Amino acid sequence: MKDVREALMVGRNSEGKLVRRPLSPHLQVYKPQISSATSIFHRITGVALGAGAVLFTAWLVCAAAGDSAFSVIQAIFASWIGLIVLFGFTLALFYHFCNGIRHLAWDAGKGFELPDMHRSGRLVIGATLVLTVAFWLIAFLVG
Amino acid sequence: MQKDTTPSIHIMRSQLGRARGLGAAKHGAAHWWAERLTAAALLPLSLYFVLSVLLLKGAGRAAMAAYMGEPWNAVLFLLLIFAMFYHLSMGLQAVIEDYVRKDAKRIAVLMLVKAGIWFLGLAAAVSVLKLAVS
Repeated sequence: MKDVREALMVGRNSEGKLVRRPLSPHLQVYKPQISSATSIFHRITGVALGAGAVLFTAWLVCAAAGDSAFSVIQAIFASWIGLIVLFGFTLALFYHFCNGIRHLAWDAGKGFELPDMHRSGRLVIGATLVLTVAFWLIAFLVG
Repeated sequence: MQKDTTPSIHIMRSQLGRARGLGAAKHGAAHWWAERLTAAALLPLSLYFVLSVLLLKGAGRAAMAAYMGEPWNAVLFLLLIFAMFYHLSMGLQAVIEDYVRKDAKRIAVLMLVKAGIWFLGLAAAVSVLKLAVS
C-alpha cells in the first residue's frame, strides 16, 4: 500500500497528465526569527538532555558500583572534555527549563500576543545565560 | 421554492461519538496532560538536582552514599528519575514520530528508545536505592 502522504503528492495537471505536485518553499527560505529559533532550540536541547540522562545514570550507577568506578567517572567529569560536555548540558538544562516555563504559560493561554511572545523569548535566552554562568561561578568559586 | 436552511447533520458518525469528540483513537488528552504534569514536576525537581550537583561536586563515594542515605534525598532523586524519564520518553516519541517517516523504521526506533529509557531509568533508580541503603 502506498504511503498516504506519497499518494497525496500526485495530481493531474491541466492536460490531465499525472504529475508530482510542487512543494512549497521549506524552512531555509525564512529569515530566522526568535519564535522559530526558540522553538527548535527547545527540541534540540530536549534531545541533548536525553544524552545527558545517560551521563546522569552513569554517575549514579558508578556511585552505586564502588569506589574505583566512581573515581573513574569523577575523573572523566573533571577532565577538560568532561567539563565542556557538562557545560553544554547545563546550558541545555537551563534553556529547556526556562523555555519550558514559557510553554506551560502558553498552555495556560497566557502570553500569546506577539510583543509578549518576543519579550518572553528574549527573557528565556537572557535567563539561560545568567543561570548557566551563575551555576559555573558557584561551582568554581564556592567550596 | 425556499431553500431549507434548517441545520442538520449529514455524516455517518453517531451523534454520541461526535459529542464525545474523541475520534477513532478513543483517547487523546492523556499524553498531553502527562507531558505537562511531568514538566511542572520537573521545575522544582531539576532545581533540587542542580543544588544537589553543587553540593556533591567533587564528593567521594562515601559522601554520595551519605547524601542518598537521607530519606528525603533518596525520595527526591527517585521522583526526579521517574518524572525525567517519563518526560524524556514522551518528548523523544514526539520527535521520532515527526522525523522518522517509514512505518517499520519508526516503530523499531520507538521500541529501541523506549527500551533504552526503561533500562536507564531502572538502572538510575536501583543505584539510588543501593546508595540509600548501603
